[in-house]
Amino acid sequence: MSEVEHLTFEQALAELEQLVQEMEAGNLELERALQLFERGMQLVRYCNEQLDTAELRVRQLAPDALSGEEPGLTPFEPSAPSEEPW
Amino acid sequence: MSEQLALFPTQDEEGLPRIFTVSEVTQRIRVWLEADRVLQDLWLVGEVSNWRQSPAGHIYFTLKDEQATLRCVLWRSNAHQVGYLPSGDGETVLAHGYISVYDPQGVYQLYVDELQPLGLGSWYVRFEELKRRLEAEGLFARPRRPLPRFPQRIGVVTSPSGAVLRDILNVLRRRYPLAEVILAPTLVQGEDAPPQIVRALQAIARVPGVDVVILARGGGSIEDLWAFNDERVARAIAASPLPVVCGVGHETDFTIADFVADVRAPTPSAAAELVTPDRAELQRHIQALRRTLAVACFDLITRLRRRLEAEKRALRQLSPRVTLQRQRQHVDELALTIVRALRYELALRRERLSGLHHRLEVLNPAATLARGYAIVRRQDDRRVVMRVAQVSSGDRLHVQVSDGTFASTVD
Repeated sequence: MSEVEHLTFEQALAELEQLVQEMEAGNLELERALQLFERGMQLVRYCNEQLDTAELRVRQLAPDALSGEEPGLTPFEPSAPSEEPW
Repeated sequence: MSEQLALFPTQDEEGLPRIFTVSEVTQRIRVWLEADRVLQDLWLVGEVSNWRQSPAGHIYFTLKDEQATLRCVLWRSNAHQVGYLPSGDGETVLAHGYISVYDPQGVYQLYVDELQPLGLGSWYVRFEELKRRLEAEGLFARPRRPLPRFPQRIGVVTSPSGAVLRDILNVLRRRYPLAEVILAPTLVQGEDAPPQIVRALQAIARVPGVDVVILARGGGSIEDLWAFNDERVARAIAASPLPVVCGVGHETDFTIADFVADVRAPTPSAAAELVTPDRAELQRHIQALRRTLAVACFDLITRLRRRLEAEKRALRQLSPRVTLQRQRQHVDELALTIVRALRYELALRRERLSGLHHRLEVLNPAATLARGYAIVRRQDDRRVVMRVAQVSSGDRLHVQVSDGTFASTVD
């Protein structure tokens, strides 16, 4: 098992779902159950934290990116409010 | 709508059928018609007939096809602005406007605000022709790529300025801020828009990690949205290696891009919702998982504790003290059994003894003597004489009778 912090949200949630399934199936040794429980709670905390604190990151294709092999990215700077409604 | 309809109860307070006035019914029909978003903003095609202009400058005509006719009004103020005025009856035109009711005559009609000729170059014909061609080619029926459940990088192809991008970012921020947005800025209107959109779609697919693309534009007239009815754009969407969600214009606007896209969203904001899971829903999901986890763990511990209790009881049953007690009780029981058996045997013997005694009584020879018999023994050896041959003359005999004995001699 890798450190929780190294997981993506999706991986963490998938592991949590699988772990709960294993737990629900029963027939676990106490040792294993306690391990799963502790890991599960870590994953819950991590997932919640991700959802609570994540800030949407926005970047845009660099102006020359439209033709390049692997397009470069630049920070997104919202242009001045525009009259265009679209 | 439902509130408005509630203004028209069909029964009075006494439960009798409500009597409507003509005005009320007409008003009800108007409410129905005006609640229909399609009927309030539509393009339609038809052949002009009964074209006539009133002295006030308003134009009245009828649009018809093989099966139906529709009354139309073009107010004087709009008549100056429309792109095209037909020269008379028999022409086929495109008309834009809304449907409503003209109360005094009890008719519904189209209130026209735009007219266009249906020549070969008209957008309607071009749209229909392209749609037919691409559909025949199978472009609309190609298998749809599934959207990722948790997008990591969301490509957004739209105008970098304007409300649409802001709306999309707001929705993404609210629903799933874990994702990263890669904006591919492009024109979304005008002649240069289609090639730019194509390039943006191609470029965004080359950015590593992008797993879904939103192609969006705000509402506008059919001309404003025309870039999304462009064949190059349609083919670029179909060729995209990533799933494309198309959110162009309003709910009622359909473009070729909508038909080709993997998912058609009614609006740009709806497109942003379609590509993301909802944060609040995820939080509820995680809470439920957490509860299940805790309950499962608690259950397991309870189960183990119960098993432990059972084992403890079993162990107690096996302890030496219990064995000892059990053996002591066994001994007690055995002792009791023996005593009982002894008593029985004793009683049995006593019974037999008294039986024997009785029989002895019966057999007692004394009783026989009393009846007049005598026991004769030889004097010398005391043997009982039972046959004549046992004695000779002169032998001394001993005779026992019931009350004593006497001696005698054989003659």
